[in-house]
Amino acid sequence: MSLALPWSNPARVRRLLAALAERILVIDGAMGTMLQGHRLEEADYRGERFAAHGHDLKGNNDLLTLTRPDLIGAIHRAYLDAGADLVETNTFNATSISQADYHLQPLARELNRAGASLARACCDAAEALDPDRPRFVIGVLGPTSRTASISPNVNDPGFRNTSFEQLRQAYREAAEGLIDGGADLLMVETIFDTLNAKAALFAIGEAFAARGSRLPLMISGTITDRSGRTLSGQTAEAFHVSMAHAQPLSIGFNCALGARDLREHVEVLSRIADCAVSAHPNAGLPNAFAEYDETPEDMAAMLGEFARAGLVNFVGGCCGTTPAHIGAIAAAVAGVAPRAFAVESARSFSAAA
Amino acid sequence: MTSPSRPLRLSGLEPLVITPESLFVNIGERTNVTGSAQFKKLIKEDRYDEAVEVARQQVANGAQILDVNMDEGLLDSEAAMVRFLRLIASEPDIARIPVMVDSSKWSVIEAGLQCLQGKGVVNSISLKEGEEPFLDQARRILAYGAATVVMAFDEQGQADSVARRLEICERSYRLLTEKVGFPPEDIIFDSNIFPIATGIDEHADNAVNFIEAARLLRKRFPHSHVSGGVSNVSFSFRGNNMVREAIHCVFLYHAIQAGMNMGIVNAGALPIYDNLDPELRERVEDVVLNRRADATERLMEIAERFRKGARDKTADVNALAWRELPVSERLAHALVHGIDQYVVEDTEEVRKLSTRTLDVIEGPLMDGMNVVGDLFGAGKMFLPQVVKSARVMKKAVAYLLPFMEEEKKRSGEVSKPNGKIVMATVKGDVHDIGKNIVGVVLACNNFEVIDLGVMVPAQRILDTAIAEQADMIGVSGLITPSLDEMSHVAKEMARRDFHIPLLIGGATTSRAHTALRIEPHYPTACVWVKDASRAVGVAQSLVSTELVGDFLAKVRREYADVRERHKHRGGNKRLVSLVAARANGLQPDWNGYTPPAPLKPGITAFDDIPLGELLPIIDWTPFFQAWELHGRYPDNLDDPVVGAQARELFKDAQAILKRIIDEKWLRARAVVGFWPARRNGDDLEIQADGETISLHHLRQQAEKPSERPNLCLADFIAPRDAPVADWIGGFAVTAGLGIEAHLERFQRDHDDYSAIILKALADRLAEALAEYMHRKVRTELWGYAPDEELDNEALIAERYRGIRPAPGYPACPDHTEKTTLFRLLDATRNAGVELTEGFSMYPAAAVSGWYFSHPNSQYFVVGKITRDQVEDYARRKGWTIAETERWLSANLDYDPD
Repeated sequence: MSLALPWSNPARVRRLLAALAERILVIDGAMGTMLQGHRLEEADYRGERFAAHGHDLKGNNDLLTLTRPDLIGAIHRAYLDAGADLVETNTFNATSISQADYHLQPLARELNRAGASLARACCDAAEALDPDRPRFVIGVLGPTSRTASISPNVNDPGFRNTSFEQLRQAYREAAEGLIDGGADLLMVETIFDTLNAKAALFAIGEAFAARGSRLPLMISGTITDRSGRTLSGQTAEAFHVSMAHAQPLSIGFNCALGARDLREHVEVLSRIADCAVSAHPNAGLPNAFAEYDETPEDMAAMLGEFARAGLVNFVGGCCGTTPAHIGAIAAAVAGVAPRAFAVESARSFSAAA
Repeated sequence: MTSPSRPLRLSGLEPLVITPESLFVNIGERTNVTGSAQFKKLIKEDRYDEAVEVARQQVANGAQILDVNMDEGLLDSEAAMVRFLRLIASEPDIARIPVMVDSSKWSVIEAGLQCLQGKGVVNSISLKEGEEPFLDQARRILAYGAATVVMAFDEQGQADSVARRLEICERSYRLLTEKVGFPPEDIIFDSNIFPIATGIDEHADNAVNFIEAARLLRKRFPHSHVSGGVSNVSFSFRGNNMVREAIHCVFLYHAIQAGMNMGIVNAGALPIYDNLDPELRERVEDVVLNRRADATERLMEIAERFRKGARDKTADVNALAWRELPVSERLAHALVHGIDQYVVEDTEEVRKLSTRTLDVIEGPLMDGMNVVGDLFGAGKMFLPQVVKSARVMKKAVAYLLPFMEEEKKRSGEVSKPNGKIVMATVKGDVHDIGKNIVGVVLACNNFEVIDLGVMVPAQRILDTAIAEQADMIGVSGLITPSLDEMSHVAKEMARRDFHIPLLIGGATTSRAHTALRIEPHYPTACVWVKDASRAVGVAQSLVSTELVGDFLAKVRREYADVRERHKHRGGNKRLVSLVAARANGLQPDWNGYTPPAPLKPGITAFDDIPLGELLPIIDWTPFFQAWELHGRYPDNLDDPVVGAQARELFKDAQAILKRIIDEKWLRARAVVGFWPARRNGDDLEIQADGETISLHHLRQQAEKPSERPNLCLADFIAPRDAPVADWIGGFAVTAGLGIEAHLERFQRDHDDYSAIILKALADRLAEALAEYMHRKVRTELWGYAPDEELDNEALIAERYRGIRPAPGYPACPDHTEKTTLFRLLDATRNAGVELTEGFSMYPAAAVSGWYFSHPNSQYFVVGKITRDQVEDYARRKGWTIAETERWLSANLDYDPD
């Protein structure tokens, strides 16, 4: 779709591709887990601006970009200090569909723009300290709270509580905000329903087309359990086939499973994908108390093995990970050669750049 | 990694990858309101539950893509499309395959695309309305992530000549690839299938033109695909499904050869070309290929006869003449021709006429089997036929058994078979194709066969023989460690004071080995059976009180001669010392050569490799050898002696192979790995997971002419002090996962014939998979020959750079090295292949080995080795001399005992 479009920021893309050719890049870790430690209350979420909002806002972490930018910025900085090359914006739920749970649909574009510019500022500051080490902002598009392929009503398998068109609109708005806010890349992540993600890719394609230029795209699915399939039932390979038309910079998996159980699926992608491959798993599977037990050392050992086995180009963490995890992971993959990805896809990127 | 070919990748819940080697892809047509009156009725009456069942049947019948069309004037087509696609999305057994959204209205197509999480196909777009809408639709299809069918239709109309088809397709292709950036592999041409035999002269070439266009399109656009709606071609025979199906079949037969690689068909209603009535086929072929002016009239003449219902009466009239014979002759006919269709009714008819049930077996059935035995003995019948005959026999006997039990209860009488044999594949070995054939042949000759299966320890074989009061024991094995296990069985028989004969069989066994290593341990009676055709003669001699004495005396004399000759055989092959052999090793120049580094180092596992991709590279010759039909494929199919039989076996094998693939009977997995390696003497030191692991190899010691080196596999890897870094690879593949259930099913049906074919096919697929992976390694994973282009013959002839020797085979005869290979690859986890204690692989349809990339690497035979190499090897392996001699017994140049 955007094959012929030039990069919005060719110089940044060149630096990104150069870094990818050289080493395995490290994505940051969890946002939610870090926030939990601050034991935030309703008032923290509301701040002054939303003090009078007619719906509870506690738990709307994306809103903290506006009401507690100090906290979100500090978490970005902690990950950058720990060695992250890429920081994910605090926009996982910043679509009109997910914000509807808090009656804040109109805020979607602003949340994305603010999320991207906050992460941009943190990355720029880190890069200013060490200009040889570029830091990139990943504009995050989460899965939303709806599924386009699955009926929420067991008695009516043909029913859907959202549509491609609704998702497309919501993603378009979010993507525009992220691009305006200065994201270096976009990532459609934690994909549990491939059709949702296809709507996101469609919307991103429209946004790029409207601007006449594009950003590199990362795609990251979620294998929900040990069945080895996405929630909507696809195998890793089918997932890849369904996403490849977007010509992403990378494809990978994140979240649900820990690194151990994710390995075989990442390996599938590594075998078949001609683009880069990413993995940012949870710190293991949640225990009985919904906590994540894997220590930085545990996780780093496993992701280090991914790296040595030539499976990945990007590694990072999802739920339950902390700057200590990211620091350990960065150390574990340092100096390990990145997975070679086909010249062909690299060429199409640099040619367009 | 990108493969040099650009397959069409589609997906539902599971991927569908269509490569140039893929078999024809069936697109299910029944979920189409314009093509199926039944489906239309269901949709119009809002009976969506039943409509979903139509989709399920299409998938169950082998549809690999599901075409969905809701174009009907009285329907809200968009709503119907969305509703139906959402419903089937909730059915995992349907949703696993990709969907083809079929409509002449773009709005319906777009509504459909918005329901597909996988990568589907649009059917179709065309230049009918000009370039702008065409380009716009193509861009949107790309944004939705789908492939598309392009109709050969432009502003002037639908293409009907070859030239117009090509012109429109070419223009469409250029616009799509150049203006939209549409991937060529995602373009599927439908250049219009029009009806034939309409009575209108201009239509006579409709099929021929489509076929010719298909050929040219695939040639000009090799990455793109050719499809079409097949049922259109037979439109003029509406109401006569049998003729229609025959036309579809013949049309596809030729169109597929020309390059048509997908088509919308009624999955499940396609007859097999070879099975068509010859007369019908010929006349249909005349029409399809427009071979004669009166083709249509001639097809019309006979068409009525083939209207459904008339099928059985007319088609098989000649073939069924034998059914008029007296019943005992019918049984004989069925046995000789291996026809099991009527055997139960015929058997019952004879049974009613007989006083005792046993008379049926001893009378007509044994008479029939004796004819089979005579023909087989005279070389006029071949093993596959014998096994088929046995299937008929087994079915008859299975039918009679309850009656015999009943009679036995009444009379107390016991029947006496010719003799009783306990058979087994020995401990550590899983290969049993040959053993099963022998078992069947013996059973046909009224021997009672107690088959203990595979990996049977000596103790169980002997205990069973005692318990069953067996007349003889037969042991079999394929891999070399089994030879040693057979010696062990012989020793145990001696120790436990057995007196019954021991029969030795299997591919690696030999008269010499039996004479030298087995018979001395059990001189009572030890007989090597060369192949299945000898088994009956040997067994009958052994149970006959008149013959046994002379027979055994003769065998003993023969073996004594072999031993005598062996003792004096010195001088025919001179061996040199290990030191001298090493000094004469191959020494490649490591200064002028940089070994290639793998593009994908470490381990790579492949799950569920599509078996269809292996078909073109199957080496069939060994398949026929397994059935003792010698000669090279495909020449053997025309052989004046075995040709007819080979063709029939091949046809039966193809039918089973098709089911293996279509119904996914077998799962193929593979794992390959590459590790840095350097040579240290005759060992290789490799780096894996931070560990240094040694691989041990043996060196030829035969005295060589001056220019020929004494080879050792280690020679092909750069030594420690070389200025370059080198690599070694390893692999394990299997195509036998899931075979058990199907074997059991065949065995329950008394169908050893199909069971043995299935096993032999699994072996062939595993070998083909090894070839396939090796090519992938050369071109992609190791990647030192990215541009290699070899056809199947060249592959079989190994005309490529690099080798893949397998531990246990001549270049590296030590089977125990498989342990290291399997550990490096984690082959059990990554490929599902297990190693038995005898170092045989399970599933049996498996291959493993090492990859060497050096241009001078070659296969060779280590051959005999002397005691100094045995001592050296024992030191390297950390074994005792005795252990080493045991594992390398086949290679020893001396007698260790």
